[in-house]
Amino acid sequence: MKAMKRLLSTWLLCMPCVCFANGKILATPGVSQVEGAGGGGIVPWAQLAGYATEDEIAGSVFCSTAQVQDFRLKSCGAQINFYDRIEVSYAKQDFDVEPLSLTLSQEVVGMKLRLYGDLVYSDWPQLSLGVQHKMLETPDIAFALGAKEDKGTDVYLAASKLHLGAIAGYNFLWNATLRYSSANEMGLLGYGGTEGNGALHPELSAAILLNKHFAIGTEYRVKSENLAVKESNWHDVFVAWFPNKHFNMTVAYLDLGTIANIDGQHGWYVSMSGQF
Amino acid sequence: MIFFKRVMWLVLLNLSVLSCASQQSPQENNLYQALGEQQGISKLVDQLIVEIVADEQIFPYFAKASVSYFRKGFINHMCAISEGPCEYTGDSMVDIHTGMNISEGDFNRVVELLIRAMESTGISYPVQNRLLARLAPMREQIIKR
Repeated sequence: MKAMKRLLSTWLLCMPCVCFANGKILATPGVSQVEGAGGGGIVPWAQLAGYATEDEIAGSVFCSTAQVQDFRLKSCGAQINFYDRIEVSYAKQDFDVEPLSLTLSQEVVGMKLRLYGDLVYSDWPQLSLGVQHKMLETPDIAFALGAKEDKGTDVYLAASKLHLGAIAGYNFLWNATLRYSSANEMGLLGYGGTEGNGALHPELSAAILLNKHFAIGTEYRVKSENLAVKESNWHDVFVAWFPNKHFNMTVAYLDLGTIANIDGQHGWYVSMSGQF
Repeated sequence: MIFFKRVMWLVLLNLSVLSCASQQSPQENNLYQALGEQQGISKLVDQLIVEIVADEQIFPYFAKASVSYFRKGFINHMCAISEGPCEYTGDSMVDIHTGMNISEGDFNRVVELLIRAMESTGISYPVQNRLLARLAPMREQIIKR
């Protein structure tokens, strides 16, 4: 909450003085992903965060919270987009394990390089290559469950395309990401384990823009099971609101399945970002 | 279970939006007619000119242009690409924009002005997108020339 307030005040302070990146069309950069990358809520997309085009630099801050039956995740961070070519991101995640009354924390530093194309205009989808280096600050539980490492690096390739007027005149957006990761529950339960040491998995998103301010969509993220405790694939259904190029808000219904053998983990996700 | 109810709700919401859009009268399936034919297109181009003149970023590109020449050419072009009874007879996109050095951001700004003009002339969101879909492929012939 404190971090959210701090980020919000920083953003409010910066907004009036530095509105230096607004070259993109409203909503096309998407929102902020829980590990800090520009994307949907749980999947990193090929778009870079913020409204910068080839001759602009954009900054964004975000805070997201997910509350499911027995767990609560808070993730706050920031992205800088250099010339719509490189995105550098940071996220701090705090994960409350309510049955044990403890919090697991990790930091994620990310970088994404746009390799080809433009979400809206190029013939082929926009293509980006990204990395997310994650450092678990509270590794005790992870090691107790059999995790091998308290650090890990995910590498992903993302393709994304917006089809103008594709469905009865409405714009349709899809993103497909292929991620190599050894993380258990995004890294909050460490990296690798007795059952496996990471794998390549797909992550998919699809959305329809109802008008220029609202999008609805769904995401699916396939995850590894490296530990002896059960881990599920994630999915969500979201509504995102883009009132202007300086603020957006996402609300989603989450189904996270089983986390550390505790099943029925579904609930709500709320995320806000500010751009300048 | 709750999850499925939510999904169903969203799917239904979605379908209702889509079915509204597909209940258009048959004539609206033609983009030219959906834009209001010659009269609608002229109104749209006139409104776009108003938006351009008021825009600090874009107006300088038109400083040396003839408004009536642009107006005539753009109405003709819109009529042709929306499959109206016109053939585009103006200069090529490359010829018009060579030397202007239009950036990606400038291009998007004009798209925004066009969207604003379409909104204020009462063109529906699906029809706006259909027109943008026809214009988007021309970007390569327009920017960085």
